[in-house]
Amino acid sequence: MGHTLVEKVIGNKVGREVTPGEIVTVDVDWCMVDDIMVPFCVSKFEEMGFKKVYDPDKIVLIYDHFLPASQVDDSRHFRVGNEFAAKYGLKNVHRTDGVCHQLMTEAGYVKPGDIAFGTDSHTVTYGCVGAFSTGIGYTEMAGILGTGQLWIKVPETIKVQVDGKLPANVTSKDVILRVLGDLTASGATYQSLEFVGSTIDDMSISSRMAMSNMAVECGAKNGIFVPDEKTCEYCGIEYTDEIRALRPDEDAVYARVMKYRAEDMVPVLACPSQVDNIKDVSELEGKQVDEVFLGSCTNGRLEDLHVAAEIMKGKKKAPFVQFIVTPASRKIYKEALDDGTLQILSDAGAIITTPGCGLCCGRAGGILTDYEVVVATNNRNFLGRMGTSKVQIYLASPATAAATALTGVITAAK
Amino acid sequence: MSETFTAKIWVLGDDIDTDIIMPTEYLALKNVEDMKPYAFSPLRPELAALIGPGDMIVAGKNFGCGSSREQAPEVVKALGISCIVAKSYARIFFRNAINNGILLIENADLRDYVEEGGVAEVTPGEKIVYNGKEFKIAALPDNLLEILNAGGLVKAMRKRNGLD
Repeated sequence: MGHTLVEKVIGNKVGREVTPGEIVTVDVDWCMVDDIMVPFCVSKFEEMGFKKVYDPDKIVLIYDHFLPASQVDDSRHFRVGNEFAAKYGLKNVHRTDGVCHQLMTEAGYVKPGDIAFGTDSHTVTYGCVGAFSTGIGYTEMAGILGTGQLWIKVPETIKVQVDGKLPANVTSKDVILRVLGDLTASGATYQSLEFVGSTIDDMSISSRMAMSNMAVECGAKNGIFVPDEKTCEYCGIEYTDEIRALRPDEDAVYARVMKYRAEDMVPVLACPSQVDNIKDVSELEGKQVDEVFLGSCTNGRLEDLHVAAEIMKGKKKAPFVQFIVTPASRKIYKEALDDGTLQILSDAGAIITTPGCGLCCGRAGGILTDYEVVVATNNRNFLGRMGTSKVQIYLASPATAAATALTGVITAAK
Repeated sequence: MSETFTAKIWVLGDDIDTDIIMPTEYLALKNVEDMKPYAFSPLRPELAALIGPGDMIVAGKNFGCGSSREQAPEVVKALGISCIVAKSYARIFFRNAINNGILLIENADLRDYVEEGGVAEVTPGEKIVYNGKEFKIAALPDNLLEILNAGGLVKAMRKRNGLD
């Protein structure tokens, strides 16, 4: 019997073929702990009685949710992280470099075939390079920091196949939102999404990241892409035979197969307050908005800023709209600064903030109040996510967000 | 874990996400005790104050979906909830709850049968009885039962490290 991609990645790690449903213990290649969870993770680690970490070079601490600090106790999290890093010899500490899920691949940690766990649910993002990665709680993370291992149940796989050429105003964000709407918020619980097809092959790594990032929104344990030449170039590694072998077998067994024609895709929105409440942008066109957010680990990459800049070049945002742009990392910020993208967005009236999670997790930098409407490129529109529980959050692509910022009403890009 | 207990029921719907169980703005409070009053506040601000020790939550599908924040199950435990019965769970919440020693029960039928304020009789791994009607429940897999029986993952690890 053939295997799906995730079965191969896990099988390679445990040194034998694995079957969906079986429970295996894996050696962990990468641990990511974000600033919110650092103090909780550290206290559990010490309570468990460990005297050292399993490998200081495989642990990455990233400060991003609380940057820059917006509440008086936030900096305590940085202090606890710094003390932990000093005590146990951790060198991989990112204090102001960007959002954790951008950095874990951008900064060269996670590679094809790796197994990674993080204390944030969007850890699923690293599937974009053909890794198995998923979110866990801080107690389990504390256990891994001490032992280097974790038990996992080998997931079944749902194949999501997209073929053809996407219309000009449709991005990978519209594709994943459509898939989430079809699967529903719990449609892939305990399962893995495997993205294949000619549309996927043509996508950049950035576009793939927006899709793997949102795999968790239908309950999936991870969302994985076949690593190709583009992946290896992005990771700065050679496209070896070992990486070439990281692909699903022809006779792999799937729990479900979903097929899409790229030409049928249209710009869509996830409407309040569930990520699977998907409507075509055309159904909501004309609805007034108070704020537009372009950023996050879903859509704060250079490619996303380019999409917005192209739509907004030489134009101004609508007068009453707050247009907030947050590049996902310092590297992206620098690139967008150097190539003039930030200039275009600033001239259009954008508030450009420092890389971080602030607005996406409702912590800072543009939070809203009752009955206000925001069109946002991030990954969650839960009640109270970006302000009070009466804020209406519509999730959209960078193209829809930029077009909406110009008109002040929900608008599809041309 | 197999002793029978009775519990007062609080009823919740489908897709109760972790931002509802514990909103992000309270995650930096120093401890779970400080977070308690804000549990479930985006959906039902009054609920945290009403929940009493030993009460149970009966919910729909995909309970605990969303973020990996472990403050969500920790605050549920701190409120004194004896067990959660849901049609299904999101996977991270499921692991986190077991690691914190919270009894989770999966049952497809109970939610649509009970009323808030009612009392159920729970025999873990065996059955739930409500208004004379019996609902069969399955036992957890062995590796999870081991963690649950140790009192959570921290205690299991302390044992591994020769501390307890």
